[in-house]
Amino acid sequence: MSDATPVRKAKGTVFVQPEVCKGCSYCIEFCPTDCLEFSREFNAKGYHFPVLGRPEDCTGCGLCGLYCPDFAIFGMRFKDIEAAKAASLASHPTR
Amino acid sequence: MSETTLNDDQDLSGLPLVDNPVMPYLRQERIPHIWCPGCGIGTTVNCFTRALEEAALDLDKVAIVSGIGCTGRVAGYLNLDSFHTTHGRAIPFATGLKLANPDLNVVVYSGDGDLFAIGGNHFMHAARRNMDLLVVCVNNFTYGMTGGQVAPTTPIGATQTTMPFGNFENPASLPFLADAAGATFVARWTVFHVRQLTRCFKEALGKKGFRFIEIMAPCPTLFLRRNRLGDGVDMVRQYKERSVLRNGADTKEVAVGMEGDIVVGTFVDRERPTWLEAMNSHFSSVLGDRYRTYGG
Repeated sequence: MSDATPVRKAKGTVFVQPEVCKGCSYCIEFCPTDCLEFSREFNAKGYHFPVLGRPEDCTGCGLCGLYCPDFAIFGMRFKDIEAAKAASLASHPTR
Repeated sequence: MSETTLNDDQDLSGLPLVDNPVMPYLRQERIPHIWCPGCGIGTTVNCFTRALEEAALDLDKVAIVSGIGCTGRVAGYLNLDSFHTTHGRAIPFATGLKLANPDLNVVVYSGDGDLFAIGGNHFMHAARRNMDLLVVCVNNFTYGMTGGQVAPTTPIGATQTTMPFGNFENPASLPFLADAAGATFVARWTVFHVRQLTRCFKEALGKKGFRFIEIMAPCPTLFLRRNRLGDGVDMVRQYKERSVLRNGADTKEVAVGMEGDIVVGTFVDRERPTWLEAMNSHFSSVLGDRYRTYGG
């Protein structure tokens, strides 16, 4: 075993809608891998919104989406994204 | 507001745009909602929609009824058959809805002031009759929408607009009340316990009889600010530290104060004939062949 830090690889990612965020920080506080942080920018309402500060730590568990009271963020595993996209296209054919 | 819906093609992380799993269950034209930053009601809605998805219910057979108040807005945001009733009368309306359409799965989603102060009598009688309803009470310990007056759940010592020197009234312990009135399923979770709450919703949606779930949620604008308890996230962190899981706990011992443990879990899970079942079996035995059974 070498002493080098193991290379972490992201297993998922988050999707953020900055304009509906109210900056409550639930997602940042309760992220199990602590990979989210506040943005430096403001949204139109003047709140800092979450951004994926350490994307390599994200497992796509989706807990941020379960906590978000404003439906502004959700996480997903990479392997689920394509299926979700297909389902989403099927449910909104005009998109 | 077009920029607020997920259907706009703002590709935010360089990945194909996918829908938030909660979006199909929301009336998207009404989002963003009016709840304050740090309010926990949105989190409970997330859990509820996730449970609806997992329970794979026919959404045309689910109806949601709310009263007045901050939590009363839930019915307006959920894309189900929903009704926003007069203050405190969510349970009577839901009772009528259930009895006229016995195959509906009726959910009452309201706040502590609406369900226990203004509508306290209705709660008691629906539980006594074992009306087939799922009653979800988001308890924020205050009247949020009207400016932070003392509610029946406000703990002793809490400062509110109508109790500037601290509350001295004994608060109601909602699980104890529901248990004593005869509810068949009584549970309590906080906004911190999102996974457990989702599972609890799913379990309760699959049961029959009067089911009651209390969810503790922070009210950052009124309850927390007046009591200098910090922001919504500080209170949720407190829930994390103070909560103790005790399934099957005696509901006499689950009262909540300003400090001390918050007992969470499923306290009561029992079987009793629902009102319709009791009516059918009673009239069948009294009237015999002259009676035709109604509904479930």
